[in-house]
Amino acid sequence: MEEILELAHQFAEEAEVFQVISEELPVHFEANRLKAIQRKQSTSISLRIIKDGRLGYAAASGEIEPRTLINYALETARFGMPARFNFPEPVQLPDIAVFDPEVNRIGTAEMIDLGHALIEPVIKSTPGIVCDAAVSRDTLMIRLINSRGCRAEYQKTTFGLGVSGTLVRDTDMLFVGEGQESCRPIRDTKAIVTTVLRQLELARNLATVPTRSLPVIFTPDGVLSAFVPSLISAFNGKIVLQGASPIGKRQGEKLFDAKISLYDDPTIEYAPNSRPCDDEGIVSRRTPLIENGVVRNFLYDLQTAGQAGTRSTGNGSRGRGGLVSPAPSAFIIPPGEATFEEMVKDIKEGLIIEQLMGAEQGNVLGGEFSGNVLLGYKIENGEITGRVKNTMVSGNIYQILKEVIALGKTAKWVGGILLAPHIYVPAVSVASK
Amino acid sequence: MNVVEIGHELADLLRKYDADYLEAHLEESRSSHLTYRGKELESTDKTSAVGGNIRALVKGGWGFVSFNSPDNLKAKIEQAIEQARFVSSGEARVEHVQPVVDTVSENIARNPVDIPLAEKKEILDEYNSVIWSTPKLQTSVIGYSDNYRKYLYINSMGSYIEQERADVTLRITAIAADNGEVQQAGLSLGNRGDFNRIKNLHQQIKEMAQRAVDMLTAPHVKGGEYTVVLDPVLAGVFIHEAFGHLSEADHVYENPQLREIMTIGKKFGCDELNVVDGAAVAGLRGSYRYDDEGVPATKTYLIREGVLTGRLHSRETAAKMHEGLTGNARAISYRFPPIVRMTNTYIEPRSTSFEEMISDIKEGIYARNWYGGTTSMEMFTFSAGEAYMIRNGKIAELLRPVTLTGNVFVTLKNIDAIGNDLDMNEGGGCGKGGQSPLPVSNGSPHIRIQHCLVGGR
Repeated sequence: MEEILELAHQFAEEAEVFQVISEELPVHFEANRLKAIQRKQSTSISLRIIKDGRLGYAAASGEIEPRTLINYALETARFGMPARFNFPEPVQLPDIAVFDPEVNRIGTAEMIDLGHALIEPVIKSTPGIVCDAAVSRDTLMIRLINSRGCRAEYQKTTFGLGVSGTLVRDTDMLFVGEGQESCRPIRDTKAIVTTVLRQLELARNLATVPTRSLPVIFTPDGVLSAFVPSLISAFNGKIVLQGASPIGKRQGEKLFDAKISLYDDPTIEYAPNSRPCDDEGIVSRRTPLIENGVVRNFLYDLQTAGQAGTRSTGNGSRGRGGLVSPAPSAFIIPPGEATFEEMVKDIKEGLIIEQLMGAEQGNVLGGEFSGNVLLGYKIENGEITGRVKNTMVSGNIYQILKEVIALGKTAKWVGGILLAPHIYVPAVSVASK
Repeated sequence: MNVVEIGHELADLLRKYDADYLEAHLEESRSSHLTYRGKELESTDKTSAVGGNIRALVKGGWGFVSFNSPDNLKAKIEQAIEQARFVSSGEARVEHVQPVVDTVSENIARNPVDIPLAEKKEILDEYNSVIWSTPKLQTSVIGYSDNYRKYLYINSMGSYIEQERADVTLRITAIAADNGEVQQAGLSLGNRGDFNRIKNLHQQIKEMAQRAVDMLTAPHVKGGEYTVVLDPVLAGVFIHEAFGHLSEADHVYENPQLREIMTIGKKFGCDELNVVDGAAVAGLRGSYRYDDEGVPATKTYLIREGVLTGRLHSRETAAKMHEGLTGNARAISYRFPPIVRMTNTYIEPRSTSFEEMISDIKEGIYARNWYGGTTSMEMFTFSAGEAYMIRNGKIAELLRPVTLTGNVFVTLKNIDAIGNDLDMNEGGGCGKGGQSPLPVSNGSPHIRIQHCLVGGR
């Protein structure tokens, strides 16, 4: 790394080298049985330079001659965008706990036991169900150095558990599933299993819904599939800068119900997407995006912030060593007051949406979602009566989140990227057959 | 690391171990990307990758080790074997394949990765200025990528296969905005490494940008059931998403109920319906000579005259289901083990013309172009990038984009007309099991579906 930085700095005003070393150890169960054990090792290195004021970029996974990598970067710098930032100076990284050595002490045998513990109660409860499961532990080592002397380095562990079940009856198929992720070991499978058993129980009967507008409770998973794709693009500083975000010019305006707040927060201890700094060496912080319905901030990396005349929010993200762009670390929607039962009781006829399929396919940029209800339940007179099928919902988040009846009182992590409560809204357009 | 040298070393090593089956993959690849966001070239990069993996099958269990440093190959092989032993409870075995030694080169005049960035930029600059000459246009996104990949398959039975491929993809999105409304229109193209085929698209791009603007004032469709006509691009996505994934044997082989639904010989659609998947159909993004388990590519009829006649297999699923090999095991890179995937999937053309197809529709929807699609086996949703009302047998007003959903079994039976104008779409990539985007193609002539559920408000 140091060698590449030094050599690159001879050809360019500034240089930065970013390295990711990872080891993933997933254990896979298929069709109720242990199927495969894997180990994936990978090293990737990326080089960013500023040459004659322009950005150049090159990356390699696996071995590469330093000279080749530098030549790639130099070629791209001829056409690169003018750099609107300087690489950061040396920083002291905050102490955000994302590494737990205990994760690496969990042996393959214990991971296999955890997988069985996920699957067995589910197959016992429901004859004929076919379960897949995965138990994984990953270690990540991130290093960043630049020609201004900044060195950012940290190690991270993640542990994940997940189970999914498919139940086929005639030509009807039911999909259930639940997972958890943390930087610390997860040794208790009870919460995951309870959720899946509850899904199976609620889905036992089928219910039908009319084609019209209905009140809907989005579960945290439902919030993830219906709203989050649009929120990710709306708060992306780059999309704001382009003028393609519907809320880009409306900072300070109240566009959502006062019950809704949204934060980007990579500083929560041991949360799966937490980190001491972003992929450009900018220290992690909590950024308010929506507070009591009012649009507060957008997310920036260094270059986008430079173009927009603002500062990086510490949201420069490279994926696995790709180009830097602004991306949320984790979205946090603080919970409200209502219990799930209270929300259900309140509905005469309505829906609970847990999983939407294809919601992110529509005009996400415009805030629209439209998807088939993969897992959802009907509410009649304050009671859950069964699972819905052949049902499609669609709407626009800027209309739907303008009026929220209640937020659930507990928030749940979903997909590693969202911590959210249930969200209960008065009217969503439903089409059914 | 020189993959061919390591390949030869591995070919000798793999035979020496005690495992039911051992295979290794090695690859080296190079690519370049250019991204425009708005008027400017936002970023450009060049990347390279090199790496490999070892997969072992011992007493029905699989072990898999991937790496991008070639040190200590023996330890890696031993680790994969040890992992496979640990599984012990597995029931996997692989169908026998005659060992093959072969070298397959990609037939390209000019490796796209080696074309100077300046030449790529010149053509993309032209396209971007075409988009920006459209009034009310808010912004544009252009993504160009090319890739060259050399990859090796080696196994403990004596197979040694070197293959190469090149890919070029171009995605263009025009975004229009007015009064807080945002609409977009897109174009997605791909081919086997021929840079010349993405030239001269100016007219097409101009129309696309104008459509994004027109959609701002277009009405929303009212949600409900309609007679829907799909263009070849969208019908191709439909057959890939809704039916193709169900034909992947790994979804079916461990699930007795699903196996029953997908029983060979069952009637799935009208007599005119033929559905094909095949990497042996040459020259397309999903084409190859051997799959990633060293199995020669084939062309498989999934549906013939409306009847289920075949499905797609890896060596493992073929062995389990006692059905023939089809050569459909593919991995997106050395980081992943091969799984059952589609290649080039299409509905074969018949005789109905587009005009005949819409002539007796009183009120329906003509849905065009690809926006995305997913499936959960039985249910699918797919989104059209472009939609029009059909009124009294004629194409009428432009609509906002629509999303179609349904049950695949019902929908296949509801196809009541198949056109004569097969066209293949090579702009898409397929995702499955965390492996995305895998180069595939799909296609169809125009098709008509009765009683299709359309999302709206």
